[in-house]
Amino acid sequence: MAKVFSAIGNWVTERAPNMMPTYRKHMSEYFAPKNFNLWYYFGSLAIVVLVNQILTGIFLTMFYKPGAATAFDSVEYIMRDVDWGWLIRYMHSTGASMFFVVVYLHMFRGLMYGSYKKPRELVWLLGMLIFLVLMAEGFMGYVLPWGNMSFWGAKVIISLFGAIPFIGDTLVQWIMGDFNPADATLNRFFALHVIALPLVLLLLVVLHIAALHEVGSNNPDGVEIKKNKDPVTHIPLDGIAFHPYYTVKDLFGVGFFLILCAFIIFFQPTLGGWFLEGDNFIPANNLVTPAEIKPVWYFTPFYAILRVIPDKLFGVLAMFASIAALFFVPWLDRGAVKSIRYRGTGFKIALLGFGVVFVLLGAIGAGKTTEWIPELFGPNADLTFIENLFGRTLTLLYFGFFVFLWVYTHFGFEKTKPVPERVTTHA
Amino acid sequence: MANDVVDHARRRFLTATTAVVGGAGALAAAVPFIKSWEPSARAKNAGAPVLADISKVEPGQRLTVGWRGQPVWVINRTPALLATLPQLESRLKDPKSENADQQPKFAQNQNRSLKPEWLVVIGICTHLGCSPDFVPEIKPEPFDPDWKGGFFCPCHKSRYDIAGRVFQGVPAPANLPVPPYKFLSDKQILIGVNPEGAA
Repeated sequence: MAKVFSAIGNWVTERAPNMMPTYRKHMSEYFAPKNFNLWYYFGSLAIVVLVNQILTGIFLTMFYKPGAATAFDSVEYIMRDVDWGWLIRYMHSTGASMFFVVVYLHMFRGLMYGSYKKPRELVWLLGMLIFLVLMAEGFMGYVLPWGNMSFWGAKVIISLFGAIPFIGDTLVQWIMGDFNPADATLNRFFALHVIALPLVLLLLVVLHIAALHEVGSNNPDGVEIKKNKDPVTHIPLDGIAFHPYYTVKDLFGVGFFLILCAFIIFFQPTLGGWFLEGDNFIPANNLVTPAEIKPVWYFTPFYAILRVIPDKLFGVLAMFASIAALFFVPWLDRGAVKSIRYRGTGFKIALLGFGVVFVLLGAIGAGKTTEWIPELFGPNADLTFIENLFGRTLTLLYFGFFVFLWVYTHFGFEKTKPVPERVTTHA
Repeated sequence: MANDVVDHARRRFLTATTAVVGGAGALAAAVPFIKSWEPSARAKNAGAPVLADISKVEPGQRLTVGWRGQPVWVINRTPALLATLPQLESRLKDPKSENADQQPKFAQNQNRSLKPEWLVVIGICTHLGCSPDFVPEIKPEPFDPDWKGGFFCPCHKSRYDIAGRVFQGVPAPANLPVPPYKFLSDKQILIGVNPEGAA
């Protein structure tokens, strides 16, 4: 038997001599820093979620019927009549939210340890493109069940493009293919959601990993491990082979992550309205807007920025700018030190503040402040005024982070600590 | 006829012209795909005028009619509501309805309507397309302590008065649009067509 396998192996190697070297380059001889911590789980977890979304998505398309007249009923059919359909759908809907959970943590890790800095700018840019496609994917996926929140969410998001001067209205009609989100809109979103965007997403993920493997992984110390190589083997002294060491470590993370996901899927599939909103269990109705339109949680910080700015064009621009600003982080941050461990106190406070501001903006976008303000200030408080004041302050702080990052590093205000020669471990 | 001397200028010219012609072809080929996203003939046909029976709409009440897939509101305004219109002008973005895109000429007046009491507007917020709530009572509201009746959009807190004119300090940029319509009789409105003689 072993002979047969090795014969097949040789046969393939003769015809594809680069296959084993490619495997070695990316797995068994890809040397990753040995000091990865908890924050380094989220990249591989994102791949796990992507695989889950593709697998469950393929099965959902077997039962889902796009079309304004059929979509909602076919989703209910999946939930009630298809054997295990409920599980497949909840795996897909929970996976969508968990995708953003791991991606946000993955991005925050990048900001913390300076993983966007030279020579990894391309890795960061490709990652940001993945984030953009993911947002489009999440939005269109949310439209497919054709619930009332699907309909009005689509209406609001597509109307964003109406703020563009001169061509706005024509563009909106072109995207919808009708005067309102309708059958045509749903069908094209289905096509984009199940084939066009996933293809782009897969390509970008491959490029993201390829770009990373060219320059090598960063680490919690922000030390370039390629600078200290064994003189004989040329293996980085602080590096260990991705396979088997990190594949095993990541598998442990996957196990923990799947337990968490299973808990949500089996016990809290809507997560109290955070993962699936109540209004989306009502069929789309183009004449009745839900009492409160709010996007799913992963869009709420950006949505809050849109909501608190009292001008349509400026609000839309600010919202897009809040995402675009992240693209420029590698060039805004002029500091030479990568990891937060050795950076100035100003950076530590700013990054923590940025995280808090992001979460609080999310609370506004999710309508939480509409509940909190009457509790804090009494029922007669001017809700709109307080919410706008709070939201606009947070918006300024959000953009302030980027300005601060540049001023702080460009003019040399940052007092950094010495960076060690080799990675530090707690052995 | 072998010729060992490569004419680079000729090669560059041929490459450039091929690229230009090929690029033009690619652009032309993109047109059908882009055009396929335009509203289809069926969608355009569905935009035909609709008839609304207003005989049972009492003063202060609203009737919602679907036209082009959008809610069109027909509201029978009380004299008390109409009396609020002149008082609000200083708080509005476009009190004189000067933005000609938002109504046909016949509705470019203080009531924004053909007949003073009957308001006909498309019930879609000009901000991002939500359908605002109808809040017709003249009494303090949580969103405005000096509320004179009108529309409040729950999505992004835009406010309109009872003629669909937008307030200042809200994200919506323009007044609620008035569709073309005409009265067939005291009991019937045809939405989607201008009255005879009107632009």
